[in-house]
Amino acid sequence: MNFYVIEFSYLLASILFIFGLKSLSHPKTARQGMNMAAAGMLVAIVGTMLHHEIISYTWIIVGLLIGGLIGAAMSIWMPMTAMPQRTALSHAFGALAASLVGIAEYYQHVVHEQGTMSSFKMTAIGFEVLFGSLTVTGSLMAFAKLQEMMRGTPITYKGQNVVNVLLFATAAVIFIYLIYDPTRSTLFYVMVGLSFLFGILLVMPIGSADMPVVMSLMNSYAGLASAATGFAIDNKVLIIAGTLDGFSGFILSILMCKAMNRSVTNVLFGAFGSASTDAGTVVEGTMREISSEDVAVQLAYARQVVFVPGYGMATAQAQHAVRELAEALQHKGVNVKYAIHPVAGRMPGHMNVLLAEANVPYSQLYELEQINPEMQATDVAVVIGANDVVNPDARDNPKSPIAGMPIIEVDKAQNVVVLKRGKGKGFSGLENPLFFKSNTGMLYGDAKSSLSKLAQDVQQA
Amino acid sequence: MSATFSIYIFLLAEGTGVASPGGLISALYVFALAAFLGYQVISRVPPLLHTPLMSATNAISAISVVGSILTAGGKYSDVSRFLGFIAVVSAMINVVGGFMITDRMLKMFKDKIGGGAKDAKEGGR
Repeated sequence: MNFYVIEFSYLLASILFIFGLKSLSHPKTARQGMNMAAAGMLVAIVGTMLHHEIISYTWIIVGLLIGGLIGAAMSIWMPMTAMPQRTALSHAFGALAASLVGIAEYYQHVVHEQGTMSSFKMTAIGFEVLFGSLTVTGSLMAFAKLQEMMRGTPITYKGQNVVNVLLFATAAVIFIYLIYDPTRSTLFYVMVGLSFLFGILLVMPIGSADMPVVMSLMNSYAGLASAATGFAIDNKVLIIAGTLDGFSGFILSILMCKAMNRSVTNVLFGAFGSASTDAGTVVEGTMREISSEDVAVQLAYARQVVFVPGYGMATAQAQHAVRELAEALQHKGVNVKYAIHPVAGRMPGHMNVLLAEANVPYSQLYELEQINPEMQATDVAVVIGANDVVNPDARDNPKSPIAGMPIIEVDKAQNVVVLKRGKGKGFSGLENPLFFKSNTGMLYGDAKSSLSKLAQDVQQA
Repeated sequence: MSATFSIYIFLLAEGTGVASPGGLISALYVFALAAFLGYQVISRVPPLLHTPLMSATNAISAISVVGSILTAGGKYSDVSRFLGFIAVVSAMINVVGGFMITDRMLKMFKDKIGGGAKDAKEGGR
């Protein structure tokens, strides 16, 4: 009897999860749908509690309580700007859970009971532990880079790719051998160790600007690890939820790579953004500095202004200041739009969330393909802490390291104002010809205070 | 191709273990169908909601808490149950944290406030 109750609770949970994800196709339905998914999760957890294999509830209840409290605390007190870090951490937690369940299963059957395993179960546990472990350390590395506990530039050394490939190949060979003979527990632990190490080495050479891809990949691996857990313990809801997560991350990785015109391999092994990049045009001319008052006048008398936010807006926490300026402009009858590049920021959709936090209605947010045709009709484009995503070299110079990357074509706007912290180059170390154009004005300083000042000046203009 | 694949599947399932060949095949069916479904459903999510999507899928895949519960409370050795306990904690962080943070984010997305751009395209595809 319990069997049917439990299985039915899993079936219900699976259906509710799918409804939840489907509801994310529109912001209006999203919240309600996610509540359904959360209800599905509750049903599945309650259902599992009825399982006849459970002999003691102490550890379960304690674990659920501790985890629940930590999760709730994190989500209540975490500032929105820390979203990329939180997401990286949550990938690590999810993968850790999957990985530990795999290790526990293996330990129980092979080490403790001195038994063996079917090749099928060993395959599932192997995938679970491989994906899980490398995602744990990989995500923690991503977390450290995003939290700026370590420098965000790629860390490279000679022969790095060879070392990584050899390491991965060794882990793979051990895995195949274990399928053949699951009783070799030492090899199993070596494999676990290697995949933990591989996660670190994999993310080490990847620069912060490529984090959107890394985050998506880790999202995918964490999901696949959960799906493999489902195969290992023969649980369908785990397979479904894990696969949905795995595919979601996979689709996001592809979208992010497309938005940079690069392959996943290039992102993982290209160490892009290291200081060694030398190509790119030698730009002649000077950058023209512009005063806040002049910008305010330009903006106040414009018909259409487009804001282009980048990671600089996030670091300066300038999203509220942007919205204040936008509102001041709208009072003057200016049409305000925001242009969001898919890889602006450190994770997919990063800019959208920050602007939503600052109460910018999403009807003002435009995607790359939507906004580019409107650029010529735009009087002023305001670039806020973005660089590569507006670099015209990507379009015009086939030799540029970022050649072919789709950009927001702010250079086609009548006037461009670039808000920048200092005169240095952007993350990728590339010159940006946009900054040297005659209709581009540079407004140096902290983006947040620059924008607040602009908002005041616009009101007086 | 498919023949060798099915032989491989048969060999995998043939050993001594929990999964019967039938069980394995049905698990693979579930996997394949979920993959197709996931592709269809997720490619309809607009870039606007990609961050909530990531935290939502993360919360959903924390369903591995189910596996962790069985390990933490089952007839296992102390070592395995301890690992299961840690797994329950980390999965549960994602369950509660994931759904709560997703909701906190989704709450912020508003169509419009007061005046402003009228030609809304709804941030669609």
